Amino acid sequence: MSDHEYTPKSKVGKWFNDRLPLLTLANHLTDYPTPKNLNYWWTFGGILTFCLITQIITGIVLGMHYVAHADLAFQSVEHIMRDVNYGWLIRYVHANGASMFFLAVYIHIFRSLYYGSYKSPREVIWIIGMLIYFLMMATAFMGYVLPWGQMSFWGATVITNLFSAIPLVGESITNWLWGGYSVDNPTLTRFFSLHYLFPFLILGLVVLHIWALHVPGNNNPIGIDIKKPSKDTVPFHPYIVIKDAFALLIFLLIFAFFVFFSPNILGHADNYIEANPLVTPAHIVPEWYLLPFYAILRSVPDKLLGIIAMFMAIFVLVILPWLDTSKVRSTVFRPIYKQFYWFLVADVLILGYVGAMPAEGIYLLIARVATAYYFAHFLIILPFLGFKEKTTPLPLSITEPILGGSPDMAMAKNNFNYKEKL
Amino acid sequence: MRNLIRLSFFFILVSSLFFTKVNAAGEQHDLLEVDWSFKSFFGKFDRASLQRGYQVYTEVCASCHSLKHLSYRNLAEKGGPEFTELEAKAIASNFEVTDGPNSDGEMFERPAKLSDKFVMPYANVQEAIAANGGAYPPDMSVLVKARSGGANYIYSVLMGYDEPPAGMELDDGVYYNKYMYGNKIKMSSPLDDDIVEYSDGTKASVDQMAKDVTTFLQWTAEPHLETRHKLGFRVIIYLSVLTILVYFSMKKIWSRIETKV
Amino acid sequence: MSDSEKKKPNRRDFIVTATTAAGAVGVGAVVWPLVDQMNPDASVKALASTEVDISSVERGQSITVLWRGKPVFIKRRTQEEIDSARAVDLSELKHPEKDEDRAKNPEWLVMLGVCTHLGCVPLNDKGDYGAWFCPCHGSHYDTSGRIRKGPAPTNMEVPKYEFVNSNTIKIG
Repeated sequence: MSDHEYTPKSKVGKWFNDRLPLLTLANHLTDYPTPKNLNYWWTFGGILTFCLITQIITGIVLGMHYVAHADLAFQSVEHIMRDVNYGWLIRYVHANGASMFFLAVYIHIFRSLYYGSYKSPREVIWIIGMLIYFLMMATAFMGYVLPWGQMSFWGATVITNLFSAIPLVGESITNWLWGGYSVDNPTLTRFFSLHYLFPFLILGLVVLHIWALHVPGNNNPIGIDIKKPSKDTVPFHPYIVIKDAFALLIFLLIFAFFVFFSPNILGHADNYIEANPLVTPAHIVPEWYLLPFYAILRSVPDKLLGIIAMFMAIFVLVILPWLDTSKVRSTVFRPIYKQFYWFLVADVLILGYVGAMPAEGIYLLIARVATAYYFAHFLIILPFLGFKEKTTPLPLSITEPILGGSPDMAMAKNNFNYKEKL
Repeated sequence: MRNLIRLSFFFILVSSLFFTKVNAAGEQHDLLEVDWSFKSFFGKFDRASLQRGYQVYTEVCASCHSLKHLSYRNLAEKGGPEFTELEAKAIASNFEVTDGPNSDGEMFERPAKLSDKFVMPYANVQEAIAANGGAYPPDMSVLVKARSGGANYIYSVLMGYDEPPAGMELDDGVYYNKYMYGNKIKMSSPLDDDIVEYSDGTKASVDQMAKDVTTFLQWTAEPHLETRHKLGFRVIIYLSVLTILVYFSMKKIWSRIETKV
Repeated sequence: MSDSEKKKPNRRDFIVTATTAAGAVGVGAVVWPLVDQMNPDASVKALASTEVDISSVERGQSITVLWRGKPVFIKRRTQEEIDSARAVDLSELKHPEKDEDRAKNPEWLVMLGVCTHLGCVPLNDKGDYGAWFCPCHGSHYDTSGRIRKGPAPTNMEVPKYEFVNSNTIKIG
């Protein structure tokens, strides 16, 4: 995106670059003009890249020692934990890494919702992001099956049984998924294969995600377009790199705390019991990051409709750029939407909470209300609000309020707060 | 900086939601809490307690409960009970394992070696169930990690045998336990005062034995716990120092332009 | 925009240099567990020695046992074989080693059955010296397992072993 044509200085560099413009790419990535006013919520893109690479590396290592067989999987995991040099460390990083990955992706998604990063001209970035998120859930689910503990087995049974709700072909589909008449060895081996494959698909989509980002450039907390690149932006390296590194280190401290001092707190105790097709654990709960969807699934009394609701919950996110009719990107200038935004955050947290609770009594009622609100937010409130809401005036440029002279004092103050928060 | 505070707040909120425990059926008693030596950041095992715990396991639990993921060599490894190699060899040689086939194509019995896995009390799950009135005595290798409440839960169950409350009917071979899920357990109270004789002169009270065997089972579930704590401490220190360095580098770099970071 | 910056003398701040160095140390420390996990693990190391019952091996016979995933030849040699091995002048050998050093108990020759050329398993009772011959690239070994002809650079390796009693050899 640099405004000048890049030519390598050395002769060899030029020779190579004419044939494969890798140096141009590297130059583009280092000089990439990034809005000056990005806050720390924007560091999660880098953190997520780190998470993906960590999961891939530790996963490849675990794959060297893991045995994908119903009789040996549990034992091979224990072998990794006991005998393999640093096996315990690598497995705990991988297992907790999945949780950290989702934590980061949720923050990343909600940042995008707050600042309207999904809106024109960034719809394609958003849709690719949703594809990544969907693949992440599939990958995490299949990965959780691999240790072949009780939660692995029954989680796999419950989730794959969702497909049996499809009229007419349901049973054929579940048998096809399982490679048998229940979750068993063939299921485990195919899950292993796909669990190994999907992260590389995600990696490919991440490249597209970043490519699509570099066409219009970053959104920013004020949500207005960049007017003068020389004034409003800084080169990615070193400014954004060092800031991302700082945020990543804070993230790593939390990550390390889990890995070294509470490695099993995010998992479920039952998964240390070897899979047993004859005994179902008292409470089957998915990993925490899938709980909101699990709550939506259970809140609908009909099997097929429940599944449709669950997939719709993701689908409304995919079409979000067209559901939100507001022309203003950042929530900073949308006082009413700001309220609804925090309602949505609370709603999703509540869904996650009831997803972990037994589906009965008050929990079921709460789950139903929260599910209804979730869809109402996207399908009713957002489209309606876009037409009705009176937004506050936008500044002329990112640097304008900083250089002084904003027409609106309140807004100038608002932007000053931004500076502080940076 | 305010964003960072918000971020950590958000994180705590999210995590606290998911650690809320799910109530199990039956009446619930709060688990007994022990100030285990392996808790906390610098937690380590009490070596003597691990050795006594091994004794309780072999003399009391091992007749029904297997430890199939352990090998005899583990007993001499660092961070565990740390028996000497000779002691561990002597322990192993008390057990007979089936090996073979030999050159005549026959299986044969021989004393166990350090490289052998712990000998199991039953040949298979079905035999274990049949011998125990229909209840499978679970393998204890990772038992502490397989129960929410962990070490405190195991200790509580061992200490939780009591008279059933009035009105509770118990079938034959079912016992009342305050802390067991559902309060019914098919294992009779395994510990009695002085059921084992400790060679180090420690009084073998039920409480002492329950603590020792729980410590031992915590180790079997997490054999690298000590290394993990030690390495974890170093990693946290390193990351903290680097974070501070990066913070000041960032300030320095951003000072080249007028925007604050 | 970075043009003016690049032209400035590269006066790198001390703190930035220190940070980069500290970061590099950390990356190095992370690499080690990822490398070390491929080394033999604790269960493999525990199997590093094996005991072999040799009571049923007749004179002139040879048995092959598996040790650390490789074949070990245990040959109970006849008197002629011992004599022929000991009669060889060391100067004729590509890799001079005395038979006395290779077989402490002359009756028993214990060695790794792996050709030192490229790792094939030599055949017994074959070749120009009536002992071992490697079919892969034609290396000939004598009755002491020493290389006599062909591309292999050294004699077949004698592992660490001991007689636990007259009927049992412990290898490793």
